[in-house]
Amino acid sequence: MEHYIPLFLTKYNYWVYTTLMMIGLWAMIAKNNLVKKIVGMNIFQTAIILFYVSIGAKYGATIPIIEHGAGHGAEAAIRAADYINPLPHVLMLTAIVVSVATLGVALALVINIHRRHHTLEEDEILEQLREP
Amino acid sequence: MSEQFPALVVIGPLLAALMVSVAGWLRPRLCLPLALLGLGIAAAASTGLLAQVLAHGPISYRLGGWPPPWGIVYHLDNLNAVVAALVSWVALVNLVAAHRAVLTDYPDKIGPFYTLYVLAVTGMLGMVVTGDAFNLYVLLEITSLTGYALIGLGGGRAPLASLNYLFLGTIGASFYLLGVGYLYIVTGSLNMADLARLLAPLHGSLALTAAFAITLVGLWMKMAFFPLHAWLPNAYGFAPSPAASLLAPLMTKVMVYVMIRVMISVFTVEFILREVLLSQFVVWLAVAAMVGGALMALGQRDLKRMLAYIVVAEVGYMVGGAWLGNRLAMTGAILHIINDAVMTFCVFLAAGCIFQKRRGTAFEDLQGLFKKMPWTMAALAAGALAVIGVPPTCGFFSKWYLIRGGLEAGHWGFVAGLIFSSLVNVVLFFRVFEIAFFEPLDHGHGHGETGGAVALTEAPLSMLLPLMAAALGLLALGLATGPLVERVILPIIPAGLG
Repeated sequence: MEHYIPLFLTKYNYWVYTTLMMIGLWAMIAKNNLVKKIVGMNIFQTAIILFYVSIGAKYGATIPIIEHGAGHGAEAAIRAADYINPLPHVLMLTAIVVSVATLGVALALVINIHRRHHTLEEDEILEQLREP
Repeated sequence: MSEQFPALVVIGPLLAALMVSVAGWLRPRLCLPLALLGLGIAAAASTGLLAQVLAHGPISYRLGGWPPPWGIVYHLDNLNAVVAALVSWVALVNLVAAHRAVLTDYPDKIGPFYTLYVLAVTGMLGMVVTGDAFNLYVLLEITSLTGYALIGLGGGRAPLASLNYLFLGTIGASFYLLGVGYLYIVTGSLNMADLARLLAPLHGSLALTAAFAITLVGLWMKMAFFPLHAWLPNAYGFAPSPAASLLAPLMTKVMVYVMIRVMISVFTVEFILREVLLSQFVVWLAVAAMVGGALMALGQRDLKRMLAYIVVAEVGYMVGGAWLGNRLAMTGAILHIINDAVMTFCVFLAAGCIFQKRRGTAFEDLQGLFKKMPWTMAALAAGALAVIGVPPTCGFFSKWYLIRGGLEAGHWGFVAGLIFSSLVNVVLFFRVFEIAFFEPLDHGHGHGETGGAVALTEAPLSMLLPLMAAALGLLALGLATGPLVERVILPIIPAGLG
């Protein structure tokens, strides 16, 4: 048991992202309202963005901006441990754009569905589709 | 000029998509020529690349001049050069055929349609040529988002089908992204070749197995591999026919290519051969896909939906072949990517031609079509023979390799499943032909303004010529199997496969 407590405490970022992901997945599967499903999808995507952001972080490190003229030769050498890893963060800028675009397309489709069926409850839509 | 081909394959259609969207506002008449120009550039460049790769070996193209582990590389070898040529040519031929359908069905959406079409092809080509795992995710989402929008353009149930596809597709892409994240944690790299080098000493670690499983589940959702196929039949069945004949042949095939690329170029064969239990499991899933897809196709009363379920079964062939773990089966899987793209294209385009004239593809709409639309039906018959696997059409040869691979692996379930699904295909298509050949055209049934039976004629020439090209392509590919396997496919089968 003692073995698991540090595992839980030191890797808490993984637990947070997994929990968020499952909340999103649950909303996508269990909710009946299409907009709630879309909210669930967004939570799901955000969980993965958080995961990436957390893996770039380091204890006691700062933002990766290097001053000009800070020194020459060996003094100018950069210690990677002093700076957080910017690459996962930059990747997530792209992923955020993708998730915003997905949200846009999903909402456009929902508007289209609402115009046709005058409801966003999935069971009511399916019932309308079954009738004729 | 020719050394810039890898960039041109993607930049050409990308710029064309931008110009098409502007032309959509100002001069809708210019949309088609601009789209043709963009895809024409891509087709020419990808053909040139295929010739270069075959003559001089793999090409690495550094975007912006950044060296590989840091910058994004477009890496082309035999495998993706041939898939890129395939994607760009099928998309170009389909664009010619799409013209009439767009004019009649979506006269007010010409600009958006062509923009989305060209962007979707840009994304697919980018996915095929890229050598960077994260870049692949972005291009995957470009293709998927444009695909959702293209499907959503259709009437009736299309927006709901598209939204369901969007939900499942987003989960799939997110899983892929998560898998790439795990790989990044253990290696600190995103370049595929670099990943393969850094992962080699880590084989057997739990993080790597987790990354592999997560990535695969994501890709399987995108390619509609059996238990994850639920989105496909509705999405492709209700999509506008020009969109269906673009996405159904290409999207699933490109995803199978990505899976094979991830298997042989990132995780490498040595890693996969260690996971014997996983391989067994995946091959049995593929058997379930072949049998399940075929049985569900039997239950359909609509040509397009029937074809959509056949696509589910075909995905099973390719995934199973890739996982059987020997050279013959892998050859069959790669050959089937090429063949299946052309034959699915042929049958979906024929369904599009029928839809154009009959305004529906339910089985009642097919009555008497052999008399009224002989050329369309002849092409559908050619496509059907290829899907069934009758020589000398191309479908026979890839199935031949797959079956031999299955026998060599001693996997009788796979062989039996493949033969069973081929036999069901016979039943499926001959039922269609029986209706179209023997049942007379129901005079009272005609939809739309054509007034039914009397006015029903052959599809317009702009649709018929691309369809003929596809049907002839089936024969040509079948006859070219020997050199295709010898020169293109065998050199890229990894040596580690038994």
